[in-house]
Amino acid sequence: MRIIVSGETKEVKEEITIAELIELENVETPEYVSVSVNDEFVNGEDFATYKLKNGDVVEFLYFMGGGQ
Amino acid sequence: MVRISKENYQKIVEHAIAELPNEACGLIAGRVDGTDKFIEKVYLLTNVDHSNEHFSLDPKEQLAAVKEIRNLGYIPLGNWHSHPESPSRPSEEDKRLAYDKNASYLILSLMEQENPVLNSFHIEGTDASKEELIIEE
Repeated sequence: MRIIVSGETKEVKEEITIAELIELENVETPEYVSVSVNDEFVNGEDFATYKLKNGDVVEFLYFMGGGQ
Repeated sequence: MVRISKENYQKIVEHAIAELPNEACGLIAGRVDGTDKFIEKVYLLTNVDHSNEHFSLDPKEQLAAVKEIRNLGYIPLGNWHSHPESPSRPSEEDKRLAYDKNASYLILSLMEQENPVLNSFHIEGTDASKEELIIEE
């Protein structure tokens, strides 16, 4: 199936989970990454069970923060 | 070298002053030519911490900005935030939370509000080095 990841179309296996996609995409420091699917943020606890569907639009967003 | 227009610099300063006493933050985007980064667009985002000592970008605003950056044909260059009461240099927390070694981290000090200081940093692990920053007229 095809999904769009960070603006690029990717061919991936059916029902790939977000956790599998994170591994496939070699996402660095995944513990600090938020994931949205079709503009909806997915709870990190659900990454291992959330199955993506054909045509889904996925974005990886790094947490950005700090302090003085 | 990092280049920012006077107009975009002013946007950051004005927003940071408006957000006092809290830290202000946002994203920078533009283009890269060789080793030079050109900041073409500055995003003024919400600090969801609403704190004078910490900042976290609003993820929903961050998502919208990332999509717009892509649509504009720009690339994300890094982020910026203000230090209302401390110098323009990365704190230990800033360094700890700087995950992208390719990003530029702009820090605006408002210790002297009449004389704001903006610097750009490259952060990799616990090492932070100042990047040459040019504010273009």
